[in-house]
Amino acid sequence: MELNSKIPAGPVETKWTKYKSSVKLVNPANKRNLDIIIVGTGLAGASAAASLGELGYKVKAFCFQDSPRRAHSIAAQGGINAAKNYQNDGDSTYRLFYDTIKGGDYRAREANVYRLAEVSSNIIDQCVAQGVPFAREYGGLLSNRSFGGTQVQRTFYAAGQTGQQLLLGAYSALERQVALGNVEMHTRHEMLDVVVIDGKTRGIIARNLITGEIERHAGHAVLLCTGGYGNVFYLSTNAMGSNVTAAWKAHKKGAFFANPCFTQIHPTCIPVSGDHQSKLTLMSESLRNDGRIWVPKKQNDDRKPIDIPEEERDYYLERRYPAFGNLVPRDVASRAAKERCDAGYGVGTSKMAVYLDYAAAIERYGKIEVGKKGLSNISKEEIIALGKDVVKEKYGNLFDMYAKITGENPYETPMRIYPAVHYTMGGLWVDYELKTTVDGLYALGEANFSDHGANRLGASALMQGLADGYFVIPYTIGNYLADEIRTGHISTDHPAFLQAENEVKETLNKFVNCKGNKSVDYFHKALGKIMWNDCGMARNKEGLEKAIKEIKALRTEFWNNVMVPGTVDEFNVELEKAGRVADFIELGELMCKDALDRNESCGGHFREESQTEEGEAERNDEIYSYVAAWKYINAGESELNKEPLIYENIKIAARSYK
Amino acid sequence: MGLTGLFLISFLLVHCGINACIFLNDNGETFNKAAHFMGTNLFIRTAEIGLFLGLLIHIIQGLVLTYENNKKRPIKYAVNAGNQNSKWYSRSMGLLGTLLLIFLIIHMGDFWTHSRVPGLVGGLPEVEYDGVVYHDLYAKMVEEFKEVFVVILYVISMFSLGFHLLHGFSSAFQSLGINHSKYNPMIKSVGFGFSIIIPLLFALMPLSIYFGLIK
Amino acid sequence: MEHTGLNLTLKVWKQKNAATKGAFESYDVKNISTDMSFLEMFDVLNEQLISTGKEPIAFDHDCREGICGMCSMVINGRPHGPWNGTTTCQLHMRAFKNGDTITVEPWRAGSFPVVRDLVVDRSAFDRIIQAGGYVSINTGNPVDANALPIDKKLADKAFAAAACIGCGACVAACKNSSAMLFVSAKVSQLALLPQGQPERSSRVLSMVDQMDKEGFGNCTNTGACEAECPKEISLENIARLNREYMSAALASEE
Repeated sequence: MELNSKIPAGPVETKWTKYKSSVKLVNPANKRNLDIIIVGTGLAGASAAASLGELGYKVKAFCFQDSPRRAHSIAAQGGINAAKNYQNDGDSTYRLFYDTIKGGDYRAREANVYRLAEVSSNIIDQCVAQGVPFAREYGGLLSNRSFGGTQVQRTFYAAGQTGQQLLLGAYSALERQVALGNVEMHTRHEMLDVVVIDGKTRGIIARNLITGEIERHAGHAVLLCTGGYGNVFYLSTNAMGSNVTAAWKAHKKGAFFANPCFTQIHPTCIPVSGDHQSKLTLMSESLRNDGRIWVPKKQNDDRKPIDIPEEERDYYLERRYPAFGNLVPRDVASRAAKERCDAGYGVGTSKMAVYLDYAAAIERYGKIEVGKKGLSNISKEEIIALGKDVVKEKYGNLFDMYAKITGENPYETPMRIYPAVHYTMGGLWVDYELKTTVDGLYALGEANFSDHGANRLGASALMQGLADGYFVIPYTIGNYLADEIRTGHISTDHPAFLQAENEVKETLNKFVNCKGNKSVDYFHKALGKIMWNDCGMARNKEGLEKAIKEIKALRTEFWNNVMVPGTVDEFNVELEKAGRVADFIELGELMCKDALDRNESCGGHFREESQTEEGEAERNDEIYSYVAAWKYINAGESELNKEPLIYENIKIAARSYK
Repeated sequence: MGLTGLFLISFLLVHCGINACIFLNDNGETFNKAAHFMGTNLFIRTAEIGLFLGLLIHIIQGLVLTYENNKKRPIKYAVNAGNQNSKWYSRSMGLLGTLLLIFLIIHMGDFWTHSRVPGLVGGLPEVEYDGVVYHDLYAKMVEEFKEVFVVILYVISMFSLGFHLLHGFSSAFQSLGINHSKYNPMIKSVGFGFSIIIPLLFALMPLSIYFGLIK
Repeated sequence: MEHTGLNLTLKVWKQKNAATKGAFESYDVKNISTDMSFLEMFDVLNEQLISTGKEPIAFDHDCREGICGMCSMVINGRPHGPWNGTTTCQLHMRAFKNGDTITVEPWRAGSFPVVRDLVVDRSAFDRIIQAGGYVSINTGNPVDANALPIDKKLADKAFAAAACIGCGACVAACKNSSAMLFVSAKVSQLALLPQGQPERSSRVLSMVDQMDKEGFGNCTNTGACEAECPKEISLENIARLNREYMSAALASEE
C-alpha cells in the first residue's frame, strides 16, 4: 500500500496557512448531526473534545479513569515549549522546528513538525486565557526556562507541575462543554474495539468498568488520544493503567503502526529497589542543570559515596562529552549510565544506579550567597548550610520526593539514579491530517508517531498533545466530515457492531475461563524483562531474534495459563489488566521486529551493530531514512510499509555532543 | 453561625465586665448598681431582645448544622484518628454547645428569672444605697454559690465555654472570610486570650464566693 | 539500604458493589520490604490472593507518583495514611513497624458511594467543576499571553490553589464530609486571576449550589481537610470562598 501523507504543496512556512484556508468546512447545522467519539482525555483528548464540542459537533468522550482529570498527562513535570521569543534570545518558529527535527535525529516528518512549531505560540495564549497559572516574573510577565537540546529559553512552566496545570485547563474546558450538553462524558469506560463498516470507522465497543456491560457507540469519526505504550516494559514512568489497547485494536482493524521501536529512556529516574517495584518515578531533567553524575573508578566499590575521594570518582559524562557535560540529551545520558553499570561500576545494592551529586552545587551556591551577603570568616559548614537553602528553594519538592521514596537524605548523600522508559515516539501512523490508514480514524498526541522522530526533546510532549487537540484536529477533521453530512444517524444494530461486540465478549470470556495458575502481572513482568533486556537501551540482532521467540512462547503460555479471578460482569481489575497485557505481548513482538529491521542507531534506538569506534550512535540515512509503518496481518505477522522521509528545509547532519 | 457567635462573644464581654465588679470587694455595691443599670436602661433592654434572638438563631443554626452534618456520612469509620488532623473541641462544638445550653437554662433559672418574673419564682432580696432601693443580685449570688455542686457545675460549664470559644472565636473570622497572613496571628492570640480570660473570670466568681475570698 | 521484612495484619474493607453491604476482612502479609510503597504492599497481597484462588482487593490508583489523585485509602483512620503532604501511593512501608495491624477503609461520605472494596465514586467533583470551574472561552485566537501581566504574588497564590489533585481526602477527613477545600481551591484560583473576573460571582454561587446538591456537608472550620490534604491546600482558600460567596450572594439579583 502506498502511504499518502497528504502533505500540502508549497513552502513549509505556508503549508498550514494554505491548508486552513482551503480545507473543506462543515456548516453549523450539519455539525449538530455529526457524532465524534474521542477515546482518552489527556491533553490531546480533552483539548480535542472541548474544541470540537465548542464547534458544535456532538462529542462522546471516554476514559478508563474515574475522571477525565486523571489522565497521565497530569504527571508531566518540566514544561511546555513555545516559540514565543519572549526572552529575545533569537527563538523563532524555524528554530523550534529545527531543534525538534534535529533532536528527533532526523526521523520525523518536516511538514508536521513545522506546523507544531507554528501553533506552539497559540497554545500558550490559549492556556493563559483559560487561567492556567504559569510561572511569572516580578514584572507580571511569563517566565521561561531552558531545557535539553536547545540554546534558547522557550520552556513555559508551572513549578514542577506543568502537565497538571495544562491538563486541568483542558479538563475544565471539557467539563464546560459537558455542562453545555455538547460533550457526553463516559468515565470508567475502556474502548475494546473499533467498528469499521465499508472501510470507514463507524464507532467503538466499550466496556463499562463498573458493571462490566459491553456497550456500542456509533460515531462519524473516532479519535484515539490514548497516549503511549511504555508500559510494555512493565516498569516505566507511565501510570499503572497506561496501555496500548485502543491503538492496538485500531492497528488490528487496519491502522498502520509506525516506528514502534522508538522509545525514550529517561536518564534520571529513581532506581528499582526490588522485585516488588510497580513503577518508576522520574526526577525532572532540570536536576541535571546543577547535579554532577559520577560512578566510582573502581569496580564493585562498596564504600559509601561520601567516603570515596574526589580522585577516585569518574564523572563519565564530563569525561566523554566535555562540550555538553551533564547536559547531553536524554538518549546519550541514558546509554552512558548503562555502559558504566554494565561494566561493573554501578552503585547501590542493585549495582544498577549511578550517583547524581549535589555536593559541588551546594558548595558553589553557598559561596555565591557568602559573596552576595558580603560575609567574611565563614566556616565550610556555614557555606554548605547557605548552599543547601538555595538548592532547597530550587529543587526542594524533587528532593522531598526522593527522600520519601528512598528514605535517604539527598542533601547529605548523592542521589542514586538510573534510566527508565518514559515516552514512546512511535505510534499509529497518521497523515498530515492526523488520520490513520483507516478512514475516519484519527490518532492524536503520544498515540501517533508524527512529530518526535527517534527521540523527543524535553517539554515537547505537552506541546504536541495540545497542538493536535486545540489547533490541528478542529480543522483537519472537517475535511473528512464534510463528506459525511449525508451519512445520517449511524445505527449500532449494524452486523459489524454485533460482530465486534461478540468478539470482545468472546475474548473476555476466554480470560476468565482460562483458569490457569499464573497471574496477569506475572506475564506482564516476564514481558517487561524480555523487552528491557533485548529491546531496551541497546539492541542487537541476536537479542532481538531471541526476544521475538521468547515473546511468541510467552503469548502461547499467556493464553493457556493466565488466571483471571472473578467474572466478566462486575468491576474486575484483573480482567482489565489481562486485556491490556494481551495487547502488550503482541505489540512487544512488533517492537522487536521493527528494531530488528532498523539496523542503524538513531535517537532512542541504539543498535550495537551500528556505532562508532568510541561507542557513539551511528545513523544510516542512506538506507533508513524512512518511517516504518507496519500493517497487521495476523498475531505475530506484520507487513512493513515505508514512508520515505524527505528533507527539503533542513540539511541532515550527524549529532555530536563532544 | 460566625456572625451570631461574634455577637454573643460581645455579650460575654459585657456580662463578664459587670460581674467582675464583685471583685471590687465592696459587698456587691458597684455590681448591684451596674446590674440595676443593665436591668432598667431602655436601650439595654431593647438590646436584650436582640441578644435572645441572636442566641436563639445561634442555637437553631447549631442544631440544624450538627444534625445535617451528621447525616453526611452514613457509614462511619471503624478507626478514627481525628486527633491527628484537628482538635477535639473543634470537632465537638455541638456537644460543647449543648452543655452550654443546659448550663444557660440552669443559670437563667438561678438569676435572670428572679429579676424578670419574680411572680413565678420569687423575687430577689433588696438593698438600699444612698436612699435608692436596688435588687440585691449580689446577695443572691452569695446564696447560690454556697452550694458546692452549684459551684462545680459552674466551673465545669466554664471549661465548656472556654473550649467552645477556643474554636469559635477564630472560626467565626474564618467563616466571615477573614483569613489573612498579616492578621491571623492577632486573631489567634486575641481568641486564645479571650477563651481563657473570660471563662476564668466567670469561674473565679463562684469559687471566690464559695471559699470566702470576697465577702 | 536496610531491607527489613515486616509482618503485618491488614484489616481491609471488602464490598462487592454499591448495592451490597460490606465488611472487614483480615489478611496477613509477610516479609514486606520497607522500601515498598503502600500500594506495592497491596500488589503483593493481591498476588498472594490470586495465587490462592481468592478475589483480589479492588483499589483505585494510577500514576503512583502523587499527582493523578486517583488513590484513596483511609489508613488507620487517616486519609492517605500517616505521612503529611503525601498520597497513598507515595506512602512507604517504612512508616510502619513489624507486627502492626493496619486498618484500611474507603473514603467514607454519602456523596462518595463505594463502587467496590476501596474504590469510590467521586463523580460529584466533576459535576461541581461543570457548574462553573472554568473560564468560558472557546479555543481560538485569544490575545497574546503577555498582553495580560499578572502580579507574581497573585499568580503564585493561584498556582498554590490550583495544585489540588481532586483526590477527595478533604471530604474523607472532614467530620462533616464537606467539600469546601476542593471547591474553594478552584474558586480561589479563578478569583485571584484576572481571567476569572467576568464570571467571578456566578461561578462561586453555582459551584457552591452544586456542592450542596451533591450532598456534601457544611464546613465547621475544624481544619482536618488542610491537615490531610496531600497537596497542603490552605484553609485561606475556604475563607476566600466564604468572602466570594457572601459578596456574590449579597449583590445577586435573584
